[in-house]
Amino acid sequence: MLESKQLAAQRGTATLFSGIDFKLAPGDALLVTGANGSGKTTLLRTAAGLCHAAQGTLSWRGVPVAPFDPDLRAAVTYIGHAAALKDELTAEENLASLASLHEGSAASDAIVAALALWSLERQRALPARALSMGQRRRIGLARLALVSRPLWILDEPAAALDTAGVALLCDMIGMHLARGGMAIIATHQDIALSGPSVRGLSLS
Amino acid sequence: MTDATAEAAAPSPPGAWRGAAWAMRRDLRLAMRSKAELGVQLLFYVIVVALVPLGVGPDPALLRALGPGVLWVAALLASLLALPRLFAMDFADGTLEQMALSPYPLPALISGKIAAHWLATGLPLVAASPLLGLQFGLGGDELTVLALGLLLGTPTLSLMGAVGAALTLGLRNGALLALLVLPLYVPILIFGAGAVDAVRTGLGATAELSLLAAALMASLVGATLAAAAAVRMALD
Repeated sequence: MLESKQLAAQRGTATLFSGIDFKLAPGDALLVTGANGSGKTTLLRTAAGLCHAAQGTLSWRGVPVAPFDPDLRAAVTYIGHAAALKDELTAEENLASLASLHEGSAASDAIVAALALWSLERQRALPARALSMGQRRRIGLARLALVSRPLWILDEPAAALDTAGVALLCDMIGMHLARGGMAIIATHQDIALSGPSVRGLSLS
Repeated sequence: MTDATAEAAAPSPPGAWRGAAWAMRRDLRLAMRSKAELGVQLLFYVIVVALVPLGVGPDPALLRALGPGVLWVAALLASLLALPRLFAMDFADGTLEQMALSPYPLPALISGKIAAHWLATGLPLVAASPLLGLQFGLGGDELTVLALGLLLGTPTLSLMGAVGAALTLGLRNGALLALLVLPLYVPILIFGAGAVDAVRTGLGATAELSLLAAALMASLVGATLAAAAAVRMALD
């Protein structure tokens, strides 16, 4: 379980946000909203252990964690703005490479199944440079099915996705939460998640 | 809550070797897909070395004295040319943050990247150097020591260069990398070119080659750790 106490972040001399408290138990999701530049990405990067917080502490399973803590790294899947795809590699190679970097299943049939889930089976052998923004985003999200981690941190995962893609994403997040996973999601669009365990956090 | 996804204990710390192998395999595959860029670097080396005899004239004694220094300086510049490619693209497309968040130790992933970078950019320089040395009238022993010195020295250049490349991540000014890294290359240049000179004057090159090997060993550990720390700083 992930807990933050009085988390604050700064960019230069300006304070982006301060006094952020949240607590995620298994099955919980946190939807982070806010205007452009309000610090959503910074909050998510801090929670993923990529950034130092200017103030406050972040604890994972009750233990305070510094950035790049091995326990937190082994528990988190972070999907940021950049899809981490290589233009030279095919969709299949990109996904296999990302999955094996995170110790996920990179067996050929698992990769093909994950691509098929995101309707990318026809683009399987195409180099990533030939894919659209939405398709690139889909490859990044296909990793969620291959790498099993309790904590998902998704930075605007619905950006560039079509309606069917957003629906699939919401299904996957819902299943993850139902299995006792946790998620922190920054979003502009309404990601249709509901339930008692979904809370909102608005940055201003 | 009983599902493995949520309640799985943290996986045992995965091996450093597997992380290094992952990074090396991936970067070698990427290098094979962009052969043209690698060719440019090797061609640069060959052309710089070939220009010198045209500039200084065909005096055999002069060329033989200049040869080792010219070959080493050209190798230094050629390896500098390839250096920005090491991390910049992975930084821009988000791969580097995924690597930093992977369960593999970051220094292991980075050493795999450096190994692939050397195989793709350093090894061709080593392989081409005996042929280019002939152009300067170097003899058999000198060519052997030249290649051996480059074989020990160019990995050190890649390792030390990686620290510079990681420290200058996110900066617009590419020239800063050269200013940062070239002074670090000085000892390698001195011992590398000195080894060939020592053979030429009949002294034997064991001392210089041992020092090059020692520099390689030291930077194998030191440079990968420093580069990993610099990458984390760049991501923060």
